[in-house]
Amino acid sequence: MAGAKEIRTKIASIKSTQKITKAMEMVAASKMRKAQDRMSASRPYAQKMLQVIAHLRHATPEYRHSYLATEREPKRVGYIVVSSDRGLCGGLNSNLFRTMIRELKERQEAGVEITFCTIGNKALGFFKRFGGNVMAQATHLGDQPHIEDLIGIVKVMLDAYESGELDALYVAGNVFENTMTQQPTIRRLVPIQAEDSGDDEGTPYHWDYIYEPDAKTVLDALLMRYIESLVYQAVVENGACEQAARMVAMKSASDNAGGLIDELQLVYNKARQAAITQEISEIVGGAAAV
Amino acid sequence: MAMTVHVDIVSAEGAIHSGLATMVYAPAEMGEVGISPRHTALITRLKSGDVRVESEKGEMEHFYVSGGMLEVQPQVVTILADTAIRARDLDEAAAVDAKRRAEDALAGKTAEFEYAQAQAELAAAVAQLRAIEKLRKLKKGG
Repeated sequence: MAGAKEIRTKIASIKSTQKITKAMEMVAASKMRKAQDRMSASRPYAQKMLQVIAHLRHATPEYRHSYLATEREPKRVGYIVVSSDRGLCGGLNSNLFRTMIRELKERQEAGVEITFCTIGNKALGFFKRFGGNVMAQATHLGDQPHIEDLIGIVKVMLDAYESGELDALYVAGNVFENTMTQQPTIRRLVPIQAEDSGDDEGTPYHWDYIYEPDAKTVLDALLMRYIESLVYQAVVENGACEQAARMVAMKSASDNAGGLIDELQLVYNKARQAAITQEISEIVGGAAAV
Repeated sequence: MAMTVHVDIVSAEGAIHSGLATMVYAPAEMGEVGISPRHTALITRLKSGDVRVESEKGEMEHFYVSGGMLEVQPQVVTILADTAIRARDLDEAAAVDAKRRAEDALAGKTAEFEYAQAQAELAAAVAQLRAIEKLRKLKKGG
């Protein structure tokens, strides 16, 4: 019964793996719920910010900020890539990177220089291998990312934009559609897209805010916060995607383990039955010989 | 009925308050401002401090903000509160830090860096333990 013993240990090891994947699935499910809450909690801020910026567009300020400027011919482009820190979340990161590569190829063919800024271990590792100019990075943001952790990297990229080192800045990350689907998406941060701020209100008269202390300081602070909030949202959303993807991946892993165990159990039973039959026939054969 | 203005206080990590008010006080950069309904359009930065919202019933609600932006439209007051403590130097430091991290990571220095950090944390923990021990001894002795 040597084969039977081997099968038994194999079943035991698969069972313990299944226990782990099941636990991970449940942890991911509860974390996903929290991440989704965080995602919806971050929305009002961005919405309000967008309203203020829409108002600003209707106003006729004496100062035009470079983020609101019209597009220039993109020669150098920056990407903030949002990924997860950990693996075991299905094709989440690789789907994102595939989308990125497709986009990058187009850019390279057009002769555009590309700079990266990575958030999360996976993106850092990928662009290290891929070979690219990584300007700034942040990893280990944890399950509860904070704006503080993002201020630095966003500033690096925005400074580059303001000094003319970059002509446009994009953010790439997964967008949470539902538990089963996460859509890798690339969105433009600056220059801020006109359609984002909804231009259909139509003000018939010219007006402007009272700025305290002056338009430049206020707009600088406001737009910087706006971009930061967009990046924060991308990070939070990617976090929810990560947990959802992990939950689904771990669920299918647990199911597969279950299937494997069933199959092995069948093989084991057959082997045991064969061994018993053989023993009986040996005994009968021995008795007949006597 | 008294004139009211809609007040929204939001931070990047969640909505804080939303409702009607007869008066809003906020710590603007150039000094505290009081906003009545139909105030002219105004936009300013906030210092850290107390935002007070007087509701229709005359109750005063207090919110602490560590800074942020205040936008006033005749019918709407929006306060975009910061969750992080902001200052030019701090932002600069964070930017430098992010760049350095990228350089380190590309040069494959992360492991060393983590080791150094762990060592520093360990040293701090040991120092804390020693302090606690000394305190205990003092208590017993006294």
